[in-house]
Amino acid sequence: MSAPLLQVEGLGKRFGGFVALSDIELEVAEGERLGLIGPNGSGKSTLVNCLCGTLRNDAGQVTFGGHRLDGLPAHRRTRLGIARSFQLPRPFPTLTLAENVRVPILYAADVKLGRIPADPRRRCEELLDMVGLLAKADRKPADLTQIEMRKLELARTMASEPRLLIADEAMAGLSHQEVDDILALLMMLNGQGVTIIMIEHIMRAVLAFSQRLVVLVAGRKIADGDPQDIVRQPDVVAAYLGS
Amino acid sequence: MDLSFDLLGNALVSGLLLGGFYAAVTIGVTISFGMLDIVNIAHPAFIILGSYTAYIANSVFGFDPILSSIVLLPAFYLLGVAIYHVYDVSFERRGDASIRGLAFFFGLLFITEVTLVLTFGVDYRLVDAPYIGPSLHFGVIDLPLRLLVPFVVSLALIGALQLFMSYTFIGRAVQAVAQDPMALRLMAANPSKIKRIAFGLSIASASVAGAILIIIQPVEPSIARDYIGRIFAICVMGGLGSFSGTIVAAMILGIMESFTSTFYGPSWSPAVAFGFLLITLAIRPAGLFGRG
Amino acid sequence: MRNLLFILLAIVAAVATFAAAKLIGNAYVFFAGYVVLQYIVLATAWNILGGYTGYVNFGTAAFFALGAYTTVVLHKTVPFLPLPAMMLVGGVISGVIGLGMGYLTLRLRGTFFSIATLAMAVVAQTLITNWNFVGGSRGAYIIRPASSPIFPGDYIQYLFVVMLLLSVISVSAARAIQHSRLGYGFSAIRDDEAAAEASGVPTLRLKLIATALSGGLMGMAGAPLPYYVTYLDPASGFSLSYAVNTIAMPLIGGTATWLGPVIGAILLGTLQQVATVTISSALSLLLVGLLLVGFVIAAPKGIVGWFTR
Repeated sequence: MSAPLLQVEGLGKRFGGFVALSDIELEVAEGERLGLIGPNGSGKSTLVNCLCGTLRNDAGQVTFGGHRLDGLPAHRRTRLGIARSFQLPRPFPTLTLAENVRVPILYAADVKLGRIPADPRRRCEELLDMVGLLAKADRKPADLTQIEMRKLELARTMASEPRLLIADEAMAGLSHQEVDDILALLMMLNGQGVTIIMIEHIMRAVLAFSQRLVVLVAGRKIADGDPQDIVRQPDVVAAYLGS
Repeated sequence: MDLSFDLLGNALVSGLLLGGFYAAVTIGVTISFGMLDIVNIAHPAFIILGSYTAYIANSVFGFDPILSSIVLLPAFYLLGVAIYHVYDVSFERRGDASIRGLAFFFGLLFITEVTLVLTFGVDYRLVDAPYIGPSLHFGVIDLPLRLLVPFVVSLALIGALQLFMSYTFIGRAVQAVAQDPMALRLMAANPSKIKRIAFGLSIASASVAGAILIIIQPVEPSIARDYIGRIFAICVMGGLGSFSGTIVAAMILGIMESFTSTFYGPSWSPAVAFGFLLITLAIRPAGLFGRG
Repeated sequence: MRNLLFILLAIVAAVATFAAAKLIGNAYVFFAGYVVLQYIVLATAWNILGGYTGYVNFGTAAFFALGAYTTVVLHKTVPFLPLPAMMLVGGVISGVIGLGMGYLTLRLRGTFFSIATLAMAVVAQTLITNWNFVGGSRGAYIIRPASSPIFPGDYIQYLFVVMLLLSVISVSAARAIQHSRLGYGFSAIRDDEAAAEASGVPTLRLKLIATALSGGLMGMAGAPLPYYVTYLDPASGFSLSYAVNTIAMPLIGGTATWLGPVIGAILLGTLQQVATVTISSALSLLLVGLLLVGFVIAAPKGIVGWFTR
């Protein structure tokens, strides 16, 4: 059995007196589709931030593709192959969509290919086309709708050629059809070999997407396994509905 | 370097008194930068403006500088409200606060300084008051009233502001808006209005700070720049937004400057505050009392 | 437009400028022109860190004066050194200082960096004021050579040409950066630093590069100053008007491209030269301050922004 792509051991994070994450153990295999759920405030985003380097974890260690991530700044982790989309999209407001996607191509993609892609512009167009935004390539993010911003966010995440993509509530607030669009996009990316961790509240999407489900409550992992089994577990149900 | 006890003792005492004064000078920025996150680097210019208004009240009308500065508090408050309004409409609402906001305040600093130069010239100005000459003596320790009175006024000013912050609705709202503007909105208070009041208070404090400044030393327009470093060094060291932190950090800086001045000469004083600021920013930006 | 073509065009423009100045024949044109060119360099240098990367430097005077005082030291120790060499030394020293200060403060928020630059300017001024070798607060006298070492003409014309070349270099560099991979990185940092990090941009490293470049160019702009003024003291070398002008010019001209600082420098620089002669230097400074505040409030994209919709 080959080593997992991502290995999290004993991860902990506190903010002053508040314990956001405690003793998190997690393994993600290459090519897997993992769903991460939990009530609001359970620490999901904090976990993502610790994995990606936006926050430093206080305890435990994270190993990615054989590399220890301790102390590595966020840009190094992106170059190693972890990419995340932000919960609230954070496009570069003064740059066009094409330029937005170009930044990660110039700064992160070179790692996978061993050099900066020969034709960044063509790659930009490919990525924007993949999310259906090619027509707006020369517009600014301010001209986009909510779902278009989410798609731009995903396109930009993909531009860094990640091995692991963490989609942090990419579907929040979207309509039924829009959720399906994003779902299809993520499935396609997974089909191309990208390992995906999906953090979501929209149950039908998570259940349709995930091969495995992890549940976080109050900073602790309380369940990890087959999605259909997990959602029937009493403590998981209690966490969402109250006991 | 003469390490005699009375030299040391006097340096310590003047440092403490100076520190008290520095706290009054900084408290406005503790509010505007520490609590409201507005980088008002023009604050020293308003203090100097306060010095000049006290100077006019004193030299033309013969009023006591400190009392006249208190009378002028509403005027400075309104000035602060007006400036905040422009800042809010031009930058904060547009979400463009950083570069342009900084440039705005820097421009204000500059305009104020040049206008003062044009109006009053570059000569040093001072005020006349019965407590400027005499000193109290305790053994080998001298307590110049010139430093003692500002020290007392400074603590009174900060005390009054602290009471306002803790015991009035608006004061508590200001503390709330510093921590969580959204929650404040949910409590049916308008963050913009609260910030406006707080900023007004911040500039009002400059009136009193300016008056006690011109009691301690003669004033001319360009000394505003010496105070930028001191103010922000104290504000950062004190943990941004903490009144008690401001007082403690101000005392520490006052003592350090006093010692440097006594043993190495006054020409090194400006560097003390700034050097301190650079080191604080490099090592512990949260300050002594900061929320890590 | 290819970088090389732009450099050639810029050199042509520079030659034309010099020829025009010679044609006018009035020595004052060279005196005033030097100042305007100096500001083109300063404004362009400032904009690399300020406009492109989003970090406001209030301490222009420090880098500028460090370059000037480096020349004073070199003039006293190795006076035979040609001016361009002195400029290089001044530039390197300013660049290194910028790097050092950046390393201390660039990991923090932009506002702390800006405050620190103000701090650095005062520390630098205090150190120089207390350094007797360069004259301390009494200042230093520098003898200006009688004639230009390269072409027939007086030394002021030589300084004019030197500054003209430095302008060409800095503007070309700024333009090249703007369209390069480095430029994309800077823009990303300016727009959203956390998102830039997440996109793989090494933000600290790029900010340090911008600071070193910006500081170094400012140092090079300051290096010829002692020969221009012949008397240099800390008060004038570290004058706040340098800081205000270097910020006002790009903000008024437009911070997004290389053209904005050039327009701002030419307009504001010329305006001030005229105002100083006709009204008073204090009033002309007031004018700069008012224009700065006015533009920042009403025209955030600057003059260039009026033409690009």
